[in-house]
Amino acid sequence: MTVFVLLTITGLGLAALYFLVASGLSLIFGLMDVLNFAHGVFLTIGAYATWWSAQRLDLIGEPTLRLVVAIAIGMAVGAAVAVAVEVAFIRPLYGQHVGQILVTVGLALALTALLRAIFTPDARAFPVPDWMGDTTSVFGASIPNSRFVGIAAAVAVYVGLMAFLKRTRYGLIIRAGVENRAMVTALGINVTRAFTLVFAIGGLAAALGGAIAGTYATSINPEQGGHLLIFAFIVVIIGGLGSLRGAAIASVLVGLLQQYANFYALVGAGDLIVVLLLAVVLLLRPQGIGGRAAA
Amino acid sequence: MSDTTTTLPTTTATTTPRSGVGRLLPWLGVALLAALPFIPITIPVVFGGPLDSPGTLNLLALMLVFGALALTYDILFGFTGLLSFGHALYFALGVYATTIAVTHFGLSLLSAVLVTVALGVVLPLLLGAICLRVGDIAFAMVTLAFAQAGSIFVLRDPLRITGGEEGLALDFRALPEVFVGVVNTRYVFWLALAFAVLVYLVSRAVVHSRAGRVWQAIRENEQRVEVLGLQPYAFKLLSFVVASFLATLGGIVYVLLLGGASPGVTTATFTLTLLVMVVLGGTGTLWGAVLGGALYTYLNQRLVSLSGSDFVEELPGVVRGPLSEPLFILGALFVALVMFFPGGIAGLRDAAVGRRVAGLVRHLTPGRAGEDR
Amino acid sequence: MATTPLLAVEDLDVHIGESHILHGIGFEVAEGGVTALLGRNGVGKTTTLKGLLGLVERSGSVRFDGRELTGLPTHEIVQQRIAYVPEDREVFSELTVAENLRLAERGDGEPRYDLVHDLFPRLQERSRQRAGTMSGGEQQMLSLGRALLNDNRLLLIDEPTKGLAPNLVTEVADVLERMSELTTSLLVEQNLGVVRRIAHHALVLDHGEVVYSGGVDELLDDPARTRDLLGVGSTSGGSH
Repeated sequence: MTVFVLLTITGLGLAALYFLVASGLSLIFGLMDVLNFAHGVFLTIGAYATWWSAQRLDLIGEPTLRLVVAIAIGMAVGAAVAVAVEVAFIRPLYGQHVGQILVTVGLALALTALLRAIFTPDARAFPVPDWMGDTTSVFGASIPNSRFVGIAAAVAVYVGLMAFLKRTRYGLIIRAGVENRAMVTALGINVTRAFTLVFAIGGLAAALGGAIAGTYATSINPEQGGHLLIFAFIVVIIGGLGSLRGAAIASVLVGLLQQYANFYALVGAGDLIVVLLLAVVLLLRPQGIGGRAAA
Repeated sequence: MSDTTTTLPTTTATTTPRSGVGRLLPWLGVALLAALPFIPITIPVVFGGPLDSPGTLNLLALMLVFGALALTYDILFGFTGLLSFGHALYFALGVYATTIAVTHFGLSLLSAVLVTVALGVVLPLLLGAICLRVGDIAFAMVTLAFAQAGSIFVLRDPLRITGGEEGLALDFRALPEVFVGVVNTRYVFWLALAFAVLVYLVSRAVVHSRAGRVWQAIRENEQRVEVLGLQPYAFKLLSFVVASFLATLGGIVYVLLLGGASPGVTTATFTLTLLVMVVLGGTGTLWGAVLGGALYTYLNQRLVSLSGSDFVEELPGVVRGPLSEPLFILGALFVALVMFFPGGIAGLRDAAVGRRVAGLVRHLTPGRAGEDR
Repeated sequence: MATTPLLAVEDLDVHIGESHILHGIGFEVAEGGVTALLGRNGVGKTTTLKGLLGLVERSGSVRFDGRELTGLPTHEIVQQRIAYVPEDREVFSELTVAENLRLAERGDGEPRYDLVHDLFPRLQERSRQRAGTMSGGEQQMLSLGRALLNDNRLLLIDEPTKGLAPNLVTEVADVLERMSELTTSLLVEQNLGVVRRIAHHALVLDHGEVVYSGGVDELLDDPARTRDLLGVGSTSGGSH
């Protein structure tokens, strides 16, 4: 029982990370048909920007507040990088899907290498306030508090994004655009602004994911975004491209499955099962759980 | 990718019939390469040691293997239009199956190669049959997923046979003497050269065959192939199996070259670099892909040593840092190519650059029909 | 025509993939009333509307009230107060009826909810229903309602009665007739009874070219010509 609780909560913690990456990926693909291989780099850049800011914010004595401010800066940087990528690299290639995918592939390789060059390939210690590193006992299982923070952050992002999609005009445009982009323009709406917006949202959420990943591992490295990206892709496909609810469900499914199978079966079995699950979903239900809908 | 309207894809393959001397030129090139281990000339900066030194021969052999590997990927992506993110899996299969068969199961090299060759047909046939049931992006994702499964299998090593992150050395006692030791690098080099020539000849033959023409027709317009009464699925599967099988052979050569397996060849990043190689050289061209693969490998290896050179040492840190990361330069180069010269190096030859730029300008100007419905 | 036409099209040329759909067509639409765009199936009527809106890549000249449109992206063309009611409705099925209408608000005037709800009371009753769960006829009303919400100068309407039950065809035709009093329309329509009832001018496309431009009655009263140009017999049951 204790082990099961531990696995469940750490699985949910992992799911939170997947969701933070997958939500943006899913919206970007749903709206623009762009499979964004550079999304992992948004996460890594966000993590590094948070780490870098936290070191320089020494006038904030309180570690938690310092981390919060640093995360806010990291998210802003993540969003800025994502917007720059959309405007400078994706936009000139509209209508050329393969070209857009290739550009994001090149950016992923180049920007990861750039991070290695600037910050060295070695892992850096991430500033985690003491209380986040401590554990809380749940049914006898000692859970690091950072996992609860991660889960709360993902839930907050989910609720916030849902509200944004349902309540605002831009949310409406994004939901409609995921379904039928051409018809949105035929109503007199400039949909390219929505393209930039989903990249900004994606960069924001991914950067937050980078910081959360940093608190889990208490360190960051230039490759971490790329590792998470593959599973985030799997989550996006299983959840249904463009579907936020689908991405949330699939995140939980994948996160839990991985934790359980890696523990109860062979080491690595969970990862393999998840990959096979993707293959099965794609072959049986290519549109994924959520189908093609933004919310 | 293409901004021009499609024509019958009969002339897309590169080699135009040439007469006399022109036909002999490539063979002269191969002969010259084959003679390199006997030419003790030093070319400063370009290579770290004399041409016949093991270091240089090793680099050249790597360039040949990756040039050929890029060509196998080009069959899939460039000629058939299948964007696979899992091609590394079949190369890794060649690498790991050979090593495991020799080191773990104690097979002789010949038996190991035979087993690997058999796997190199069966696995692509099986996985290709599954992956090709879905199209486009879904195909890209399933291939990525299977490759990722392979990578996880190797890295996590549940069966305790792959050596995990450490990799696995090839038990040299099982090898013929000519493939062992630095002094014999020339034999491995010749093997790599033979492999590259083989892949080139096979690729040229299949691309110009009837099946190859159908591949190119599928790339341009799959529906029209169906209308003609042909089964695109069968032809795509053929392309998948041919490309993957040749990649598996490449894995075998690579193992002999490096003396072992390391998990780097299983990763998604490795497939992505194959994509970079092909686009660098020019998708849908034979010699372009080979050149792209060779050039990429060369730059990837040499930029590291160049970044340690005096010239680079004197540069300010801001510039020096990125230069020490070959993937930064290669990735940036790749992005520039995709955006401005989608034809790669081979495309430059056609003097089509002006047209490409014009096309891009057209894409940037407002008022263009940007929507696809 | 002495006055400048509302819409003047010259040399409109469209390729889709490898097929050449429109071979440099030209026509004019005068302000007011309904102009019907007719022709056999697959002759390029829908493509013509999409070409005008920039939804397909095209060349040539499209002048709207004297202003050249071909250089503008789709959304700016629509912002010239042109509305599009596409074939197959293309309502956003995941959005509610109210959200579909809200999305269509263009901000260039007070949205005319009163008019839309007056013409289609059902859209008000079902405002919270997801558009995808409505019947084909109701979706058509929503699609028309989206176009009527703004005070447009030109409506491009593509086969509004396609696939509808006969009573719904009459209902939609009633609405189209009322709409024609408010604004100029270019209407693609297969139902010649509806065409005879609401259109005054007809354009006929054949082999990518305009082969007839003139009065509707003049065309439809000539069975041989109708059969020749449209591939159908003229329906005699035009309800006046």
